[in-house]
Amino acid sequence: MIEVEIISGRTLDQGATVEEKLTDEYFKAVNYCELSEEDFNALNLSEGDRVRVKTDFGEVVVYAVKNKDLKKGMAFIPMGPYANMVIDPNTDGTGMPQFKGIKGVVEKTEDKVLTVKELIEVI
Amino acid sequence: MMLHIKNGIVIDPKNGIDAEKMDIFVKNGKIVEESEVKGDVKVIDASNKLVVAGGFDMHAHIAGSKINVGREMRPEEMRTVRLVAGKFRASIGRVLLTSPAIGYEYAKMGYTSAFEAAQPPVGALHTHEELDAIPMIDKAALPVFGNWHFVLKYVAEKNWEKLRTFIAWAIERTKGFGVKVVNPGGVEAWMYGGNCKSLDDEVPGFGVTPREIITALIQETENLNLSHSVHLHCNNLGTPGNYETTIESMKLASKFSNDRRQVLHVTHVQFNAYSGSSWRDVGSGAAEIAKYVNSVDNITIDMGQPIFGHATAMTGDAPFQFTLHKLTGARWSNKDSEIEGGAGIVPIGYLPKNPIHALQWAIGLELGLLVDSDKVVLSTDYPNGGPFTEYPYIMAMLMSRKMREKELERVSPYVQKATGLAAIDREKTLFEVIQMTRSLPARVMGLDSKGHLGFGADADIAIYNFDPLTVDVTNDFETVYKVFKTSAYTIKGGEIIAMNGELVKEVWGRTFWVDATSKVEMEAIESDLDEMFSKYYSLERQNYGVEESWIKKPERLVMG
Amino acid sequence: MAEEVNIICTFCGSVCDDVQFDLEKFKGKKFCKLGSSKFSKKERIKAPMIDGKEVSYEEAIEKAAEILVNAKRPLLYGWASTVNEAIRLGVLLTEKVRGVYDQCASVCHAPGTLALIEEGVPGGSLGEIKNRADMVVFWGSNPMEAHPRHPVRYSVRAKGLLIKDRKDRKVVVVDVRKTKSANMADLFIQIKPGYDYPVLSALRAIIKGEEDAVPEEVGGVKKEQLKELAEMMKSAKYGAVLYGLGVTQSRGRDRNVENAIKLIQLLNRYTRWIIWPMRGHYNVVGAGEVPAWEAGYTYAIDFSRGYPRFSPGEFSANEILQRGDCDAALIIASDPAAHFPKVSVKHLKKIPVIQIDPFPNMTTLLSDVVIPSAVAGLEAEGTAYRMDGIPFRVKKIVDTEYWSDEKILELMLEKVNELQR
Repeated sequence: MIEVEIISGRTLDQGATVEEKLTDEYFKAVNYCELSEEDFNALNLSEGDRVRVKTDFGEVVVYAVKNKDLKKGMAFIPMGPYANMVIDPNTDGTGMPQFKGIKGVVEKTEDKVLTVKELIEVI
Repeated sequence: MMLHIKNGIVIDPKNGIDAEKMDIFVKNGKIVEESEVKGDVKVIDASNKLVVAGGFDMHAHIAGSKINVGREMRPEEMRTVRLVAGKFRASIGRVLLTSPAIGYEYAKMGYTSAFEAAQPPVGALHTHEELDAIPMIDKAALPVFGNWHFVLKYVAEKNWEKLRTFIAWAIERTKGFGVKVVNPGGVEAWMYGGNCKSLDDEVPGFGVTPREIITALIQETENLNLSHSVHLHCNNLGTPGNYETTIESMKLASKFSNDRRQVLHVTHVQFNAYSGSSWRDVGSGAAEIAKYVNSVDNITIDMGQPIFGHATAMTGDAPFQFTLHKLTGARWSNKDSEIEGGAGIVPIGYLPKNPIHALQWAIGLELGLLVDSDKVVLSTDYPNGGPFTEYPYIMAMLMSRKMREKELERVSPYVQKATGLAAIDREKTLFEVIQMTRSLPARVMGLDSKGHLGFGADADIAIYNFDPLTVDVTNDFETVYKVFKTSAYTIKGGEIIAMNGELVKEVWGRTFWVDATSKVEMEAIESDLDEMFSKYYSLERQNYGVEESWIKKPERLVMG
Repeated sequence: MAEEVNIICTFCGSVCDDVQFDLEKFKGKKFCKLGSSKFSKKERIKAPMIDGKEVSYEEAIEKAAEILVNAKRPLLYGWASTVNEAIRLGVLLTEKVRGVYDQCASVCHAPGTLALIEEGVPGGSLGEIKNRADMVVFWGSNPMEAHPRHPVRYSVRAKGLLIKDRKDRKVVVVDVRKTKSANMADLFIQIKPGYDYPVLSALRAIIKGEEDAVPEEVGGVKKEQLKELAEMMKSAKYGAVLYGLGVTQSRGRDRNVENAIKLIQLLNRYTRWIIWPMRGHYNVVGAGEVPAWEAGYTYAIDFSRGYPRFSPGEFSANEILQRGDCDAALIIASDPAAHFPKVSVKHLKKIPVIQIDPFPNMTTLLSDVVIPSAVAGLEAEGTAYRMDGIPFRVKKIVDTEYWSDEKILELMLEKVNELQR
């Protein structure tokens, strides 16, 4: 298990599939979590492995992806339904939830990644 | 719908009618002769009531991106609820108003036309969207030219044909009404952190001066003989001593003449009528300006009267707005706009005990009193001076020395030594005040169908619970103020839209625009347009401009 | 002979209007990946549906009107990806049904609006950046992924009046991670997540000549580097800070933007600077401008008392949903089921939802009434405001059987009026 600070945000692929959310392309564009090389290795992960990301606000199983440009302790999940399982819904009186900068933990898991349709069912 | 307004006391300055008992007949939205009105006619009993043309606000900031930024910046302005939604839209706003509120408030007050004073050309479509969201009134917008790179370029090249062609092109593309000029050269200088405070300051990058820009624009506007003259917001606004810049600017009109109208309209002159050398010794230059304006016959002005209370400074004079932000420490919005100009917005207020605010208030009134009534339009430069709903306050003040004396008691004593207001005995007559709010603004804009009650005029009529034959305007100023705030009837295009402060019917007015394209050969500037668009604009020339079909009720005025 | 028409892209806030579209091949020249996907053929919602059963437009709209009229407090949300003409009808409709109007900015750039209220915004249009900006700072913004052609059209490679070459301009990227945009920067500054505010304060102090107040490190950035950045900004002739969700969605939210604005106010006392948000959707600006002129505010507007009230902490969609404070929802041109935190979506699942959208998305999965609409910019015309507020008339270049958002809302408003009589 490692500690991370989670950022959710735009990616080109996520943006390019944002109007086809029920397709496999969109699923692939948003169903992962980027980790630094150090953290990826610390969890003994390989290409295609899954991780459970847990915060005070929820948890989600996503694929793990190594990003050499990320610093240790930072995790990036593309904006979308998977990120929104774990980010902070509190708006601090502004109306805006906190989508970026959420403390959480990540651990390797054998559980599968739910599809977008399955995800909506469990919310 | 046909109307017979019976037994009213009519004041119609354009047609020389001064408080005469007269009937007015309306058919198909126009004022017609009695013989044309037969059959099912609605009779309005206007006995002992004043009947005048609907008011014409020819300089107000009512539509477009800076007005909307003002709203967005000032939610505190939006908390005044004027009308809960029901038969009509919800209407909210203190001095800043939503678009529905603007239309409703003008209607309740007996105003039937209002023109947006400054339209950023690249944002023309936004201005038209907001104008189209204002019910009740007829409207138009004035695109701003004084810092537009095409203008600066053609003035530098002294290419008058191209300048003339460009003006026609620009007014057509923006579906605008005329040539507005705001701090010419100064806003371009602001892009470098500077300003053009004197008429001979050089505009960076172009080597031209405000003097040259203003003169050239007057020259070519006259060559095109547009409906309205050049409409100028002078350089050096808001600076002690600036009345001299104003008179110098006015002198640029001296070699031009036009049979129909003025060749130069100088706007919100109050902000440009200060004497002195600093805020310590600032005083009024109104008398000097009034003297000059009265001595010529080709210049008109509007007052720019401050009203004590809340206001919002919003103009295309971006460098001035930054100065205001530094001076007052208030919030500040700025919008540098492509290669056309800019804008700035700063919340302000006018307090009677503040010597500078009181000075400004006094200067506005001096201008209204000293300048001949066929040359000065009543305005607050809404919302810069204050709400347009307080025009009746200005009307009452112009007509009553007693009211002015009373007001002078509650304002800063600074005005006693810094202005000549206390010494002015002059009381304008009701005829003159109606002229300043109806017939003069219509003539200044070149609109024959507005501002009067003669045959053929648009049936835009206001009836007030006021008998000019019995009410003493010099003493009974309380009544005057109250009466003109709320019409007994407001009629727009022959339909009753408001009565005694209540809305009766929601109608939608026309948007006037001026088409001078037949007077020029567009070929002359085609390649310049293509080149400048591709090099300096951030959008395609083919996507620039407004088509008539995008406007709800466009009314095209062709310059023959 | 292939017919090529000029098209105005209706994906992101860049609103690129220089695209030539081949109608036969159904492809555009100059599109970025986002624009290409917007104008590609995708799966559409086939027909209007009530509870999964296909019905006519009239029936679906009638049902929607019933739901809205019978609700005590409906939420009408979305609006950022449709045209002003539709948005205006949406505001009128919300007023009619005494509901709450909120739009996508409430999860994107609304904190910028809160900052505007506190400080004003010293800004400029994209053409000014292209023509004059010799320094551009992307702060918490990743244009390479969210506004791919912005750098080339307006801000990095764009040339104009005073900027003749890429070398004439310094590009800085400030972010919490090394994004793709960092690669195009002359200087990349990495800050710790949630530390934008103190970094901005430090810059302000340095520029004002109060650098002694600044510690050796702020938010993961060394004082020397902050001094270098401050000096660069002060020496620029015309600079632009372009900020994104990195600033609005992280700790501090609107206060971050406020502080950035104060920095720009300060810089304008030495040189010229502007600041502007990198708006995401092609008409999210319109989704705020239209209600501002119609009803005084740009988002989080409650009409339940018959007049508009603004309170972001109470009336934005996420607040309302999380409190369970709405009993019906109309979702148009957006997908809250995908983009809202799960606790908000939880409530959305419980209430009747009407969706208006061309494409099936996650909100479709929980909608009771689904009304398919035409794609604005392709199948329907209308006005949209680019990220800097410049208005464009987006085009209709193909015919379609689908109704436009405008037409749908027009009928819905009519039906609501009938039901309320």
